[in-house]
Amino acid sequence: MIAREPNEARPRAPADEQARRSMLLTALYIAQEQDGYLTDTSIRRIAERMQMPVADVYSAASFYSLFRTQPEGRYVIQVCEGLSCHLAGGAEPLVEQLKEKLGIEVGETTADGLFTLRVAECLASCGTSPTLRVNDELYEGMTPEKVDRLLDHLAGR
Amino acid sequence: MAFEKILLRNVDVPDSEKIDVYLERGGYEGLRKALREHSPEELIEIVKKSGLRGRGGAAFPAGLKWGFMPKGPGATKYLCVNTDEGEPGTFKDRLLVERDPHSVIEGAIIASYAVGAHRAYVYIRGEFFLGYKRWMKAIDDAYAAGFLGRDILGSGFDLDFSVHRGAGAYICGEETAMIDSLEGKRGEPRLKPPYPAQVGLYHQPTLVHNVETLANIPHIVLRGAEWYAQIGTEKSTGPKLFCVSGHVNRPGNYELPLGTPLREIIFEHAGGIPNGKRVKAIIPGGASTPMLTAQHLDIPMDFESLAAAGSMLGTGGIVVMDEDTCIVDATRRLTRFFACESCGKCVPCRVGTQRLVSTLQRVEDGLGREGDIEELLALCEGIQFHTFCPMGDAAVNPVLSSIKHFRDEYEYHLQHHRCAVGA
Repeated sequence: MIAREPNEARPRAPADEQARRSMLLTALYIAQEQDGYLTDTSIRRIAERMQMPVADVYSAASFYSLFRTQPEGRYVIQVCEGLSCHLAGGAEPLVEQLKEKLGIEVGETTADGLFTLRVAECLASCGTSPTLRVNDELYEGMTPEKVDRLLDHLAGR
Repeated sequence: MAFEKILLRNVDVPDSEKIDVYLERGGYEGLRKALREHSPEELIEIVKKSGLRGRGGAAFPAGLKWGFMPKGPGATKYLCVNTDEGEPGTFKDRLLVERDPHSVIEGAIIASYAVGAHRAYVYIRGEFFLGYKRWMKAIDDAYAAGFLGRDILGSGFDLDFSVHRGAGAYICGEETAMIDSLEGKRGEPRLKPPYPAQVGLYHQPTLVHNVETLANIPHIVLRGAEWYAQIGTEKSTGPKLFCVSGHVNRPGNYELPLGTPLREIIFEHAGGIPNGKRVKAIIPGGASTPMLTAQHLDIPMDFESLAAAGSMLGTGGIVVMDEDTCIVDATRRLTRFFACESCGKCVPCRVGTQRLVSTLQRVEDGLGREGDIEELLALCEGIQFHTFCPMGDAAVNPVLSSIKHFRDEYEYHLQHHRCAVGA
């Protein structure tokens, strides 16, 4: 049985304090952009500046998949593993190709620090599947040839 | 006769995301009319009469939701635009936000005026970076043109609008999780009631709408509730974006009246199944909605008909699977999605979905045991209706519906330790 948790009973912070806390995800994005990942120092600094417990900042940071607390490659490749991408022949073949080309497993970063390989759940591009993301950029209708060209382009070859 | 495009009328026009193009094509006329000719109460009545129901998956009548917001200036009220599209098989809101953000902003301003909200927030999925940039630009331009800010079009109505980026969590598409995320917290659903219309963002009354729902509003105001209500069926009114993907020749977004037969959508609009294959299974409205079979092809795609067939219209994300698809494999993939995206707050969802995936994996790999089908059903029973939010109920739908329609495939896996279709 799940205990009831009436929202009304929660303590209410003053309006300006609530609005300040709303900026937390934005602050985390900025810190991640600056350092490449969320360092312990930046998490502590955000907590200080936003007058929040460090645990609350870390709790939120660790909840969302786009925040990382470890360094990653310059290019983070996320291959969509959704059902539609799979039906379009994507997902595994693309992941296998990337693993082989980069010499890493899913979740790992190449030794030169250039690429990190990840898988993602549905990227809402099912009509143009298979798809993947590189950092904030979406690539649709991927084929093995397109993946090869993309890697060459990113590696500056 | 081809159906007149309403929601997608702009998306194929060059630079359709720009305010000048939107204005040239009659944009913001609905807002002008709403502010000049109608009181907030009248607008709520118009939307009620139009029969518009939410397009995010839950299909709640929009006008009724507006009516639930407390009247008068007492409380601070908010509007939230849910752009956290992530339901597998769904890709309509991304299209609207990237290609026609002003139609959504216009709908959002009208909705805010109707319920007396002076602050609106967009919550956009972290992965939608282009959409985020388009939202930001569109809002800046709407401010500059006097559609946002103080005394909009001389009406005395004020509205501020800003964008918040999510950061990768499907659950934030659930309205109360989205509100927690907007407040800078982990996106974990709240127990309902109270509903956001009573206790929402910062504990204030909050109206939450899906992108596609809001895009309907300017047209309803401009052309009238009667015009709108004659599109679709009696109870499922208006146009709907159907996202078709999977084994079809022309995947994409198709705008059609609610009630359009599934067969017409798949075979006429999406071009049928490649290589002359037959349809085996269809997900009618995103991963959360129970699967259907080829026997259901003549079903009209409206809320009532799908409910009668034991499924849901959901988001309108139609995923087609041909005869060579292994149903156990497809079900495992759908279930893995829910296992990955469970926020972890409720044990039945957090642990139950993991157990479903491991059991499905075992069956798929030919290592299944007698009683595995019963175990899957028992797990579903333990999850369904035992979670704070609808995700627990959604997570069991692929499993329950696939066992209902394709139990023989599960049994084949268990008896022969391999797949019936050789996948």
